[in-house]
Amino acid sequence: MTTIQKTLKGLWSLIVGLKVTGKEFCKPWITVHYPRQEVTNLESYRGHIDLVPRPDEPKKPLCIVCKRCEEVCPSGCIRVEGHVPGEQTGEARQLLLISNVPLPNSAARDPICAADKTLRVLDGFTLNYNYCSLCGLCVQCCPVSSLTFSSDVYLAGGSRRDFEYDLLRRLKNRKIKV
Amino acid sequence: MTQLLQLFANPLVYLLVALIAILTFIALNGLILVYVERKVAGFIQRRPGPFEVGPHGLLQPLADALKLVGKQLVVPRDADRILFWAAPLLSFAPVAVCLLPIPFGPHLVGLNVNLGVLLVLAFSGLNVLALCLAGWGSNNKYALLGAARAVAQSVAYEIPLLLSVLCVAFTSGSLNFAEITASQTHGLLSWNVFTQPVAFLIFFVSALAETNRAPFDLPEAESELTAGFHTEYSGMGFGLFFLAEYSYMIVVCAVASVLFLGGWSGPFLSGHWWMLGKIYALILAMMWFRWTYPRVRFDQLLNLCWKWLIPLSLINLMATALIINLVR
Repeated sequence: MTTIQKTLKGLWSLIVGLKVTGKEFCKPWITVHYPRQEVTNLESYRGHIDLVPRPDEPKKPLCIVCKRCEEVCPSGCIRVEGHVPGEQTGEARQLLLISNVPLPNSAARDPICAADKTLRVLDGFTLNYNYCSLCGLCVQCCPVSSLTFSSDVYLAGGSRRDFEYDLLRRLKNRKIKV
Repeated sequence: MTQLLQLFANPLVYLLVALIAILTFIALNGLILVYVERKVAGFIQRRPGPFEVGPHGLLQPLADALKLVGKQLVVPRDADRILFWAAPLLSFAPVAVCLLPIPFGPHLVGLNVNLGVLLVLAFSGLNVLALCLAGWGSNNKYALLGAARAVAQSVAYEIPLLLSVLCVAFTSGSLNFAEITASQTHGLLSWNVFTQPVAFLIFFVSALAETNRAPFDLPEAESELTAGFHTEYSGMGFGLFFLAEYSYMIVVCAVASVLFLGGWSGPFLSGHWWMLGKIYALILAMMWFRWTYPRVRFDQLLNLCWKWLIPLSLINLMATALIINLVR
């Protein structure tokens, strides 16, 4: 008796399966027909990293040149260059570059203040996107939240050089939203 | 004009014309079914399916066919060349014969023979041999496994298929497709599917297995055997297997609609439209099944056949025989 019951139940499940796919067949597509349509939630896309501008000076980054992102990057694809204005040279300059670095998130409440306190000036921030694995460690460890993911999804290029980004220049060339 | 008609009355010429018409139908049908299958798959998975070649992707199967024709024919090292190339031909060739005795309309028959049902069953059985040769001739482990599965599956499922066909033969008292159709022309309720519902179900399930369609597509199970018996085939070798698979779908659906769904009988429209409509409705159901059910395991496949379908069809056959004797 149980065998027959099980069989009938199994047969019914086949019909239920057909009902499910039959219903889906009649519904409209849920895929986006790309060249003709585009997705609307690009903000949530986590592309390559980008520098965050200061709220008061949109052409300047929040970066304090602590070089943590450069150190933490497992692929070694970030290069940060900075200098200290003034006349310090040699060992003193090096010291200035290392000290005075706040802990992650300690200055998050007032990043502008942190950027003002540190004396260093960012000269260059290059990202070699060819090697980036998009792990996001640099974004996590930035003490002043100066890094974010861009929503740059339309990437195509003919050479490797096309994916070596100068993020500082990107920031300076960025159009300011009014 | 009369001379031309006289020429046409010659049985040999008539047969030749019928064969050419059938081959044209098979080729066209292959193109259409590839498109329909991919569209059905797309819609069930809620995506558009082929869309870019031609309006709504209509020219996609043509592009695929051109690609297949243009490809280099490669024979794997240490393969048996003769068997390797004989297999796709042997798979495709019997299809034309299988469609010959099927009446597509009241007068649209290629070859009206008394033993039409037997002819179709005998020639469709050749496909197993082709799959077996393909698997053996390829010198490839996946192909060989696929061939072994194909043989076990086809041999097992031929039994319930034949037994369910026998039920219909008992009730209509004939193995001639035209006579079987003629016995079902007295309205919807005279269709054999209402007198023999179990036989129809068994026939359809066995037909799915015989044509190696999902959920019984074990001989070519992509996820286990790469492509099963046709792993090593490219270009038109693969193309012929592909065409043969779709043609056998047409054959089994045509046989099913003649045996169980009244063939060309139907109101208002001409017979051949009804026949085509029934065939394509059954094929759509086969596609629907394919994109709904997961592939069965091999032991499940054989258990279903030996433990359920064969006993059920035997009981059905005996009950049919008994009832026919009582009524007489």
